[in-house]
Amino acid sequence: MEILVCVKRVPDAAENEIEVNRDGSDIERDDLVYSVNEWDNYAVEEAIRIRDKVGGSVTVVTVGDEDAEEVLRREMAMGADNGILLSDAAFAGADGRGIAAILKTAVEKGKYDLVFTGALADDGAGQVGGMLAALLDWPYASVVNSIEILDDSKIKVGREIEGGNHEINEIDLPCVLSIQTGINEPRYVGIRGIRKVASVEIPVYGAADLGLSAEAVGARVSRADYFVPVLGAGAEILEGSMEEKIDKLIELLKAKGGLK
Amino acid sequence: MAGQVFAYIVYKNGVADDTAMELLAAAAKIDAEVPVTAVVTGAGAELDSVCNTLTASYPEVWKIDNPALAYPNAEIIRKALVNILPTGAIVLLPYDTFGMDLGPGLSIKLDSAYVADAVDFEGVDGSRLKVVRQEYSGMVSTHVLCDLSKGAVLTCRPGSFQPVDNTAAAGKVVDKSPDVGDLTVKRRYIQVVEAEKGDVDITKSDVLVSVGRGIEDHENIELAEDLAQSMGAVVSCSRPIVDAKWLEKARQVGTSGQTVKPKVYLALGISGSFQHLGGIKGAPFIVAVNKNPKAPIFQVADVGIVEDILEFIPELAEKIKESK
Repeated sequence: MEILVCVKRVPDAAENEIEVNRDGSDIERDDLVYSVNEWDNYAVEEAIRIRDKVGGSVTVVTVGDEDAEEVLRREMAMGADNGILLSDAAFAGADGRGIAAILKTAVEKGKYDLVFTGALADDGAGQVGGMLAALLDWPYASVVNSIEILDDSKIKVGREIEGGNHEINEIDLPCVLSIQTGINEPRYVGIRGIRKVASVEIPVYGAADLGLSAEAVGARVSRADYFVPVLGAGAEILEGSMEEKIDKLIELLKAKGGLK
Repeated sequence: MAGQVFAYIVYKNGVADDTAMELLAAAAKIDAEVPVTAVVTGAGAELDSVCNTLTASYPEVWKIDNPALAYPNAEIIRKALVNILPTGAIVLLPYDTFGMDLGPGLSIKLDSAYVADAVDFEGVDGSRLKVVRQEYSGMVSTHVLCDLSKGAVLTCRPGSFQPVDNTAAAGKVVDKSPDVGDLTVKRRYIQVVEAEKGDVDITKSDVLVSVGRGIEDHENIELAEDLAQSMGAVVSCSRPIVDAKWLEKARQVGTSGQTVKPKVYLALGISGSFQHLGGIKGAPFIVAVNKNPKAPIFQVADVGIVEDILEFIPELAEKIKESK
């Protein structure tokens, strides 16, 4: 199986408090810790496991600036064979459709059986995989949490649906799948692993190399601003020392039937 | 101005999902004047029954009846919709695992814009719709401008649009089944496998001690179990804990896990994504403990405590044991 995994460099929400910047034009980017999108790690791990079982190769690709190269190297340290960086000033401000159009050209440069994306990323849209599949005219399944390779031409995939149930489908290859967290346990990547791939060359392709016009990546959807919503009353925040908070909480729990 | 608006109706066992009325409300926020057409796909008597019910609220209900549509396979439904919808259509879908499956590809095939997981619409300016959505699991919100000039596919977050109480539409069912065209696809539905039952049924417990990512380590699950025991409660969790295999799937609260109705819900180190909150029903007394004062869980909790749960849980457990 030749597998392409689309990954994204994102602010690590587990390591940062995400806040709106002063004029609402962006989130506060100073001192942000970035990492590979959590869902993408599961996608890369799944690709590596499939390759190790049935042979083939795993390529990781991302759309971004030169900083995005670090996430490709991280995923190569996990075990991906190749990395591709798609980078061009013309790609800035691309919407989901634009990113899918860029990725399509990368898919067509290779000969892939499977293309994975993460089911979601930092913006919570979960859109690029489905768009990419439609642009390629390949079948698609989203929120995939199990994959079984049946033969060279078809696979069996489980999709996570509401209530913890699984929807089982058979899909013809080539196809695009968006991968859900929990499908596997992504392996740990140590400093040594990253060092090993530090000097591997990663090709960079721009709009001209990919034959993309400005129109092809033109956005129909754009972000106007960031803001912090004014919601209802919110929680009553208990103040004081740890002990005072605990005493107050125990009182409340007793009153609400939370202690038996 | 906005083009023709369509709402795709999800249903189960012959009953339309709550989102059927929510999408009607969402459409009114885009343009209160434009009539909204419900689109319903399926097969046989169940489909007819759903369509007839919807005529109370929708002026027009498009029925697409085909044996291939008996199970909602998004790949097949997409093909049918592309053949039936007019150019420039605005299509509303629920943002659930079905909408995620259908929406992005549908927007490409209709050559229209796509916005996922809208939580509100703030009107149309020229050809641009102002959409409110959230990023970073609800930690920040954004306004997004969506160009409607070639139509749009918009998925709406379940529970975000207050359903309008309209049962006077006296609408009609229009049979669009003959127009679907070829429905052959390369993804075939086989079956739904029901979730495995766990050793504890968290849906039966009045008091839940629920842990999230803030618990940090597998070993620390014990702390929550100890606290739960002292309270006479049961331990549940959010998705990352199940992904890490620290607790079994049956313990997960959320749209992709269990729907619970406790009296008291103690959320420990849980940020509060909408998928998690979607699994908590019955308006329990929610206590949130989180070291991040900006965690979205504090917006929905009754009582909030800003502390590191790893220090807080053992102290709370000890105090409760002492007080007995």
